[in-house]
Amino acid sequence: MEPVAIIDQVKAEFPDEVIEGYVNQGQGAIIVRSSRVKEMLRYLRDDASLQMNHLRSLCGVDNSRRKDPGLSKFEVVYNLYSIVLGHEIRLRAEAGDTDPAIDSVVELWPGADWLERETYDLMGISFTGHPDLRRVLMPEDWEGHPLQKSYPLKGKVEWKGMIELLEKVKELDKHGFDPEGHAHGQYDPREND
Amino acid sequence: MSGTISKTIEVPVVDGESERYSLRMGPQHPATHGVLRVDLELDGETIMECNPQVGYLHRGFEKLAESKTYAQALILTDRLDYIAAMSNNIGYCVAVEKLLAVSVPERAQYIRTIVGEMSRLCSHLLWLATHALDIGAMTVFLYCFREREILLDLFEELCGARLTFSYPRIGGVRQDVSRYFVDELQRFLDMFPAKMEEYETLIDTNRIWLKRTVGVGKLSGAEALGLGLTGACLRGSGVDYDIRKHQPYDAYDKVEFEVPLATEGDIYARYRCRMEEMLQSVHIIQQCIDQLPPGPIVGPDAPDLVMPFKAPARVEADAAAFGGGLIKLVRDQKLYISGDVYVATEVPKGELGFYFISDGNNRPYRMHIRSPSFIHIGALKAICKGELIADLIANIGSLDVVLGESDR
Repeated sequence: MEPVAIIDQVKAEFPDEVIEGYVNQGQGAIIVRSSRVKEMLRYLRDDASLQMNHLRSLCGVDNSRRKDPGLSKFEVVYNLYSIVLGHEIRLRAEAGDTDPAIDSVVELWPGADWLERETYDLMGISFTGHPDLRRVLMPEDWEGHPLQKSYPLKGKVEWKGMIELLEKVKELDKHGFDPEGHAHGQYDPREND
Repeated sequence: MSGTISKTIEVPVVDGESERYSLRMGPQHPATHGVLRVDLELDGETIMECNPQVGYLHRGFEKLAESKTYAQALILTDRLDYIAAMSNNIGYCVAVEKLLAVSVPERAQYIRTIVGEMSRLCSHLLWLATHALDIGAMTVFLYCFREREILLDLFEELCGARLTFSYPRIGGVRQDVSRYFVDELQRFLDMFPAKMEEYETLIDTNRIWLKRTVGVGKLSGAEALGLGLTGACLRGSGVDYDIRKHQPYDAYDKVEFEVPLATEGDIYARYRCRMEEMLQSVHIIQQCIDQLPPGPIVGPDAPDLVMPFKAPARVEADAAAFGGGLIKLVRDQKLYISGDVYVATEVPKGELGFYFISDGNNRPYRMHIRSPSFIHIGALKAICKGELIADLIANIGSLDVVLGESDR
């Protein structure tokens, strides 16, 4: 199906949910409200004329520095593809401005588990109904969500896990343990110079 | 996902009691192919709970790319899947070309297809080597590295690097192929199918190999698709999904090749799929060499190689006011098309997708990398539940993960 036809079909099925549909570089995308997003994805997956059975990617976007007006601060982007029919669509769901949250789609695609954990970890969007929403890439005691636009690119202080580790190394060094793995008393070429 | 358990395993019970214990495998374990940690809950040798932990190699590429120009961010993709860096570069370039509507000359498309398939051979050879080594076949490891070395030497001849190439560029490739390169590649292609037979005689009907792989780690097509598996892992379960056929990029629509499929969905099926893919790669490279057209290797509007970049009319008018020699760039001047695209390419590990948002600036507003390894490791939990601990190693090897790509 052509992208425009898919957008029209979704618009006809969910008239209150769809905010806008557009085509960019031949790829169709729909901006939707978040309240019924799981239902919409289920429809896209199961409808006989759409059959979007492959969830290609799921990621969060922070729109706060974007110049387009009227976008919600956070959104979750789903890229879907139909392996049977060979067409694709992108769903951009608004996740709200403060305390962003959206329904989890792990029930529809078990593979969304880690993708949602990643989005929560890096973007701070929480997924209601997710079985195990923890950080996945960053350490569990990390503060903040790095991919938000307000998060600085360069850190100002050392991560506290790193500070603990360095102190531990110092402590071990007192007892003659070299963390680099060199045995003490090994030949050091600088000594002979 | 109870359906992923292929067979019920009887846990021997002593005096009506069985003891559960936890075991932490990795992150320095050699069979986890990098810094993957798996927290296991075991009952005897049966895995009751399997929790993979990643993030040890997280370098924040998605955040970092937002501060780099499109041309600068290319080198980050080398560090994703460092076994097949060329495929990652191509995936990135194809995505940026689609985003910014940059055209690629035909010759560059063919060269990219050649190096992309060489990269697939490299990755599959390394996969076969380490996978066989994990299961206990030592000789295959050395045989595979012998052939991979030839390919790495060819890459070195082509661009000077052996692992992190940055050879494909947005709008083309960095430099043209030499006659010597093509001749040596031809010699490799003539020799390689015989070497494939050598590997197959070693393991294909080997009784130990069959016992370790047939019927282990079974996944049906629907389960594999639900878990988001792509590449040979999905095709081994009978789902015909190859982006080179579904959404062709570069020269894949101009060459003929088959997509190997298997229906069993076990480790042996995935192994057979990858082996057949290697022969198809040889077939594709051969056709590309035969058809390689003459012409330029960089498009006229490639942003990093052709300077100066075609300036908008208003900027040129401003420059003319200064006497023609000076180009004044206005702040917030739109340099590129704004919009968003998701472009996927078939890398050796599966589907590598880039989701880009451009706001007209010279840096990506947002770059999301859909890395197949991350999703494959996420699926490990469902695949390994109820299996034996020895099969965990076989499963990790069979999913073909690389942690640089998973952690980004």
